[in-house]
This record gives sequence, C-alpha cells and structure tokens, in this order.
Amino acid sequence: MNQKAIKFWIILSILLIILAGVCMIALAMGTMNISVDKLFWILLNQIDSTEYTILMQIRLPRILVGIAVGGALSLSGVILQAVFRNPLVEPYTLGISGGAALGVSISIVFSLNQSYALSLPFFGMIGAGCVILAIYCLNAFGVVQNVQRLLLIGVMISFISNSLFMLIISLSKSEQMHSIMFWTMGSLEEPNQMLVYCLLIISLLGCLITSIYSVDLNVLSLGEADAFHLGIHVERVRNILLFLASILTGFCVSISGIIGFVGLVVPHFVRLFLGSDHRTVVIASYITGAIFIILCDLLARTLISPMELPVGIVTGLVGGLIFIYALVNK
Amino acid sequence: MINNEQNQHVLSVSQLSCRQSSQFQLRDISFNIPKGCCAGIIGPNGSGKTTLLKAITGYIPSKSGTIQYCNHAIESYSKQALSKEIAIVLQSTELDQSMHVEDYILLGRNPYRKRWQFWESEEDVHIAETVMKITQIESLRYRQLNALSGGEKQLVRIARALAQEPNLFLLDEPTNHLDIAHQLQILTLLNRLQRQKNMSIMIVLHDLNLASEFCDQLILMENGKIFKMGKAKDVLTYQNIESVYHTLVIEGENPISKKPYVFLVSEDNLKKSMPQS
Repeated sequence: MNQKAIKFWIILSILLIILAGVCMIALAMGTMNISVDKLFWILLNQIDSTEYTILMQIRLPRILVGIAVGGALSLSGVILQAVFRNPLVEPYTLGISGGAALGVSISIVFSLNQSYALSLPFFGMIGAGCVILAIYCLNAFGVVQNVQRLLLIGVMISFISNSLFMLIISLSKSEQMHSIMFWTMGSLEEPNQMLVYCLLIISLLGCLITSIYSVDLNVLSLGEADAFHLGIHVERVRNILLFLASILTGFCVSISGIIGFVGLVVPHFVRLFLGSDHRTVVIASYITGAIFIILCDLLARTLISPMELPVGIVTGLVGGLIFIYALVNK
Repeated sequence: MINNEQNQHVLSVSQLSCRQSSQFQLRDISFNIPKGCCAGIIGPNGSGKTTLLKAITGYIPSKSGTIQYCNHAIESYSKQALSKEIAIVLQSTELDQSMHVEDYILLGRNPYRKRWQFWESEEDVHIAETVMKITQIESLRYRQLNALSGGEKQLVRIARALAQEPNLFLLDEPTNHLDIAHQLQILTLLNRLQRQKNMSIMIVLHDLNLASEFCDQLILMENGKIFKMGKAKDVLTYQNIESVYHTLVIEGENPISKKPYVFLVSEDNLKKSMPQS
C-alpha cells in the first residue's frame, strides 16, 4: 500500500480512538458523575433507571451535536481557507452566522418561536439561507467576477446583518435580549432528537463529499490558473464546495448558536502537525473539531457545575490559548 | 507562417482575438508551431505575450479565430485531455506553501487521476521521480516549497509541469529573477527535452539574446498583435527592435553560435561616444 495511505489510516485510527475516549468521558462526567465501568452496565442493563435517561436523553444528544457541529465547522473552515487561499477565513466570514443570528433574533422579538418546537433553528436556517442565496445570486448574475470579490461581498453582508442584529437587540425588551444573547453565545443543547440526527447525518455527508473533493482542494490551493491547467473544473468544484460549506455552517449556527474559533483554529492546528495534504487534513480536521468541541462542552458543563457556561466562550478561550502555545512551540 | 506543412503542426492559431471589456488584448493572431520546435515570444511589457499563452490553453476565452491542437479545435478536447497534452509554467504561481516538493510535483499527475482515485499510483510516483531526475532536483524531494530559493522554485515548477507529460510546453518568463547560471541551466534543460522527447515549446522571454540563442523561431509582439515572426536573424534586426521597443540597439553576432546578438545602447553613452562637432 502507498505510504501516504498507511499514514492516513494510522492518523484516522488514532483520532477515532481519541474521539471514542473523549465521548466516553463526556458521557460519564457532569453534574452527576458515573464511573466508566458502571456506564456500560447502565447502558446494557438498566434501561429504566434515571441514569439511563440522563445518559441517553441529555448527554448523548449533546455529544452527537458536538460531533456534528465541531466536525462541520472545522470542515467549512478547511474548505473556505483552501478555496479563498486565505488562512484567516472562517465559516462565519461570509456572513452566514450573521444571517442566522438575524433570523433567530427576529423570531424571538416578534415571538414567532412560540407555536412550534422547531422554530428557533428554523428561523436561523431561513436567515442563513437568505445570506447564502444573496451571495449566490450576486455570483450568478456576474456581479462577482473573482473569488476575492466574493469574499469581500461576504464580509460586507456579514457587517450588514450584524448591524441589523444589533438594531433588533437595541429595540428588544430585556428578557428577549437575554434569550437572544444566550443563543448567540452558543450551546450544544438541542431538545429535539430528530433535529440532532438530521444534523449529524448532514454533517457526516458533508465530510464524505469534502473527502471526495480533497485532491481537487489540493490542486485548488495552487491557485485558480494552475488548477485550471491541471484539468480541474475550477468554477464547478468551487461552487459545490462553497455551497456545501454554507449549508453546513447554516445548519450548525441555526441549531447551536455561534460557536466561534473552531472553524478558524482547528484546520490550522491540524495542518501544523499533519501537513497540508487535504486528503488527511479534511478528515483529521473533522474528527479534531469534534473532539475539541466535546471537550470544551465538558468544561462548560463541569467548571461551575451545576451552572453552565456558554460553550462559545470556552472554545474561544481554550482554543486561542492552545493555538498560541502550539504556534510558539512548533 | 513558420511552417507550411499543415500535418506537422502541433499548434495552429488562426486570426485569434481576445477582448476584455472594450479593450483588445490580442488582435488577429495567426501562426503555426511545428512539432519539436521551440518558439520564443518576445515583445515589450503589456504586448500580450502572457495573454497569448493563456488563450492557447483556453484559460482566457477568445472572441474570434481558431486554435487547433494537432489538427483538432482546442474546444473539442476535454479539460482533462488537454492538460495531458499542454502544460504551462506561469509566472504568477507562488510557491509559498509548506507542501513538500514531491507532493507538489505529484499534483502534476492530476490530469491522469481517475474519478474515484484517492491515492497516486505507483506509475505516478515513478514519473515524479523521473522528472525530478531530469530537472536535477532529487535532493529537494522532501524539502518544503517555502524554503526553496528562486532558482530551485523555478525548477520545481518546471518539474511539476513535466509530470503532466505534455507534448506542448508553454513557459511564461521562466528565467525571470534568476542569475545567469540558473537561466542557462533552465534553457539548456528545455532544449534537451525538446531534442530528446521531440517536445514543442513556446517560451516567453524578455532577454532577446537568450531568445536568439535557444529558440528556433521567434514571434515579436506589439500591442496585442504579431509584429514579425520567423528565424532570429529575420526578427532581431535593429529596425524591428527599435520600432517595437523604441530603444537603440546594435546588431551583432554571438562568436560561438553565430546567432544574432543584440547590444543595447543608451542614448547618453551614444552622445558621449560621438566626436564633438
């Protein structure tokens, strides 16, 4: 077998083992601690116990959301940084999070979210979808002539939606403001199980599709002209991947709020240690993102237990510090 | 026309025009490149040399005219098929990534990748090794691109393009920013490839004497049009050069190769050397 393939499978196995370990710890730890050996026993034998309900109804969905969101945001980061050939781009740069935040804040302020259980993420998705649509319409009508202009337009849309978001907050009542701010800070809690599985499936599908395009991403990272001359359908590949990144980000933001830093830092962190080959970087970033966010959520749940910190704050703090440390030492 | 035998032509360009917004970048360009020929494209900055190369590969769309590769319209080739035939080394390619040289060269095998192929085949690795040997960069194999010198980077770019196993090789100012030893190394390498593999080469050069020395045919461009083409002795005349570059030159001859050699003359020095009247 190809040496690179062997390296790939070794890295994949190690990361999956770490992910499994982290999931186990996250299942066991919380306001009520359960030892790991007891964990299996409860899961296998005590289906009617309170512990079982806590594990299956509260902690497991949270972990699944963590895997889906952490993976998807890191994936979007990898895609956007490769397509725009800009290391500072992250999933929120194109204004998708701003759109989602706007949608959610409108639904809270106008009390549109009271009739349906799904409506908060639903409005988030509409907001994110509007931004994606706006960017694609500008692209399709030829307003955007190159990828750097697309990026600039994304940044501007982000500013506009953020300003509108602030406007709505400033006009809202204090209890509404509190729920908007809490949503903005991000949380992996999602009571609707169907939505959790939906998110996980979309996120895993995104990982599969991006992996299929990972060699194209390697070629694209050389620049548009070189990729064209190496037989890549630049426009087509770019549009598919940007659309994928937008959809993934839109879903994540709608369900878990704005969890910053993951999409920016995880791909860098992975490249720092594993090199720049996207065949490895794509899948490694997905799993590392999942591990990182589950650990951050664990900290958020346990640091001031029984109170809970917003996970977005922990990802920013922990992620930033770890990254600076790695950068200084490598 | 450089060569009148149609069947021997690897590339035939006829009345090609390219336009961006209201401005013509190329106008009514026609020429043929015979198989195994090294054609040099010369001309002042902004005369359309790079645009011509990019138009040949289809990267810049043409407004009118035809481009035929091996007697078939360039549009009839799929993108992948074309990139197996024509490789280009662009001036704008920045090698600032942390990628290893070998991985970069292996990207040149992309046109040969099958749809669901994830890893390079043994043949790909073998070809990458061969082109590294040809370009004498085997020692750089595991070095990172961003740690290479200018000359090394240019050789690596050429090696990546050679991994495409092209029949027509386009190069945009490959000797730019290089010292004379590296300039000579690269052009000698290209001449060797041309002879050994019967490869056709189109190369944009600023140095008229290098172009005269290494190219079989020259195309002199001015304002998006071909001003003159043919053998170096017909193109590199002081009249042609003065009218295109608006610069004084003196024609001479390389004492070894007997090919035309152009001496630049600054007007100040010319005045000084004139006897006082």
